[in-house]
Amino acid sequence: MKRKKDLSTVSFIAIAYGTLSLLAILCLLPFWLIVSGSFTAENEIIGEGFKIWPKELSIDAYKAVFTNPEQILRAYWVTIWITAAGTFLGLFLTSMAGYVLARKDFKYRNAVSFFMYFTTLFSGGLIPWYILIVKYLSWKDSYLAMLVPGLLSAWNIILMKNFMKSIPDSIIESARIDGANDFTIYSRLILPLSTPGLATIGLFLALGYWNDWFTANIFITTESKYPLQFFLYKILANAAVLRTDIAANLSAVNFKAPAETLKMAVAVVVTGPIVLLYPFVQKYFVKGLTIGAVKG
Amino acid sequence: MTAVKGFWSELSRNKLMFLMVAPALLFFIVFSYLPMAGVYLAFTKFTFEGGIFGSPFIGMENFRFLYQSGTLWNLTKNTVLYNLAFIFIGNFLQLACAIFLSQIGNKYFIKTTQSILFLPFFISWVLVGAFVFNLFNSDTGVVNTLLKQLGMQPYDFYLNTAPWKYIIVFFHVWKGLGYGTVIYLAAIMSISDEYYEAAEIDGANIFQQIRSITIPLLTPTFVLLIIFSLGGILKGQFDLFYQIIGNNGILYDATDIIDTYVYRSLAVNFDIGMGTAAGLYQSFFGFLLVVFVNWIVKKIREDYALF
Repeated sequence: MKRKKDLSTVSFIAIAYGTLSLLAILCLLPFWLIVSGSFTAENEIIGEGFKIWPKELSIDAYKAVFTNPEQILRAYWVTIWITAAGTFLGLFLTSMAGYVLARKDFKYRNAVSFFMYFTTLFSGGLIPWYILIVKYLSWKDSYLAMLVPGLLSAWNIILMKNFMKSIPDSIIESARIDGANDFTIYSRLILPLSTPGLATIGLFLALGYWNDWFTANIFITTESKYPLQFFLYKILANAAVLRTDIAANLSAVNFKAPAETLKMAVAVVVTGPIVLLYPFVQKYFVKGLTIGAVKG
Repeated sequence: MTAVKGFWSELSRNKLMFLMVAPALLFFIVFSYLPMAGVYLAFTKFTFEGGIFGSPFIGMENFRFLYQSGTLWNLTKNTVLYNLAFIFIGNFLQLACAIFLSQIGNKYFIKTTQSILFLPFFISWVLVGAFVFNLFNSDTGVVNTLLKQLGMQPYDFYLNTAPWKYIIVFFHVWKGLGYGTVIYLAAIMSISDEYYEAAEIDGANIFQQIRSITIPLLTPTFVLLIIFSLGGILKGQFDLFYQIIGNNGILYDATDIIDTYVYRSLAVNFDIGMGTAAGLYQSFFGFLLVVFVNWIVKKIREDYALF
């Protein structure tokens, strides 16, 4: 848009640049503080506290994290496979249900939709849900407790249904005439045409699984089954110690395994990949959200 | 009889479709509908030996206790007030950011800012907990380090309730800013350029254009988003509150919401009956609220109603 450069326009644009820059700095600052904290020397932290600019850089915390990375690697492994399995399976079940509910010749589609939708309006609450999973399904300390309850949500199914509704009926009808069954139509025709919807909901699922700490918090008791975020939470809450060789090897030479900076280093190591990955993922998110928002 | 018959003939005709939706149905029956029977616990004095249906029935006793002890009032007040702050401050800032972004010409700046604002959306609440620890912990936190450098007294955040409402609201707004901005920006982009061109020919400046084109055209989106959020006002942000406050009893007066109370009843105090009662209160009044809000939306704009 071309504009006259009058005073009000110039001042408005200045306000816009100013406000957005300020908010952007506020969004980045906590990340910066974690990173700079992780590179600060432990005795500087103990003496003077965390600062915006550390006086001297130190990589002791990272040395400690990487001398015995087994724990973190295991937590990574748990998170990666739960995220992969959960996203794949969740996407499969969500899209299948969404497809059936989008089919106008499925007689009970409204009843089934409401049956699912109602669960977002009223629920038994946390405690009955917990008792069901622990007492009746016996999933205490099982990976299933972290995987299964997050697979489906009514919102995702409704979103998927709306995406699929925009696919013309004639495609389905012509496939039926050719003798394709419902599952073939779904897998061969509808899925390839729903990629934006699948990408959006897949990203939502993946993000949910990747960042989940709560289910591990209430269901998982064995340390080797901790996912990343719960592991980080335990480290921050002082409820777990990162097992490092460094203390044992160097204790003679007056070396104290860093505790405060270590927390920051673990936070960086645990979060790093998602922050590096997100610029690539972001555009799919924005596209998906935009489709959902403008459609209404 | 005919309905049953209709169901069976429908089932045999569309076997595959029923099969495809069956896993989802089973999922909701098990994880959503079965636990609803568990709300019976709210009316019992839970014992582990008794389980759900073997514990002694005590009627409304749990609710009466929650009410008379003042817990229910404090939880409701906190939950509702925090949510109001989240909704209004959050939406206002998101809308402002979207308007600003839509008026800026520099593509590179728009892309960078939008990415940065969106970044907090992708991280876990546990990392937000790490931020809070880094900023506010009493011995080594950045804020206290700064205060000391400026020659001021350090401030023990974990012994004072006053600052936490601002910290909690800040981080909630902070995390959702990018997401909401994308939604509002999409709505702004769908406004036809012709309006602005016409206004420009008439000599309207940028403020006048925003005031008489952008804002009026976005008001329906804004109002509906707000009204819908109001329906969920009894639902908390458990992750946010728990990662920031944890089980720090000193701060409960100002920071305890229904969700954190229910969680503590389960995981810390083992007050199963009381926790279920608080959860049922939340679900029940939350449900009434959504129905009421939906009724209002239907009056304003029928096509926007949820059901």
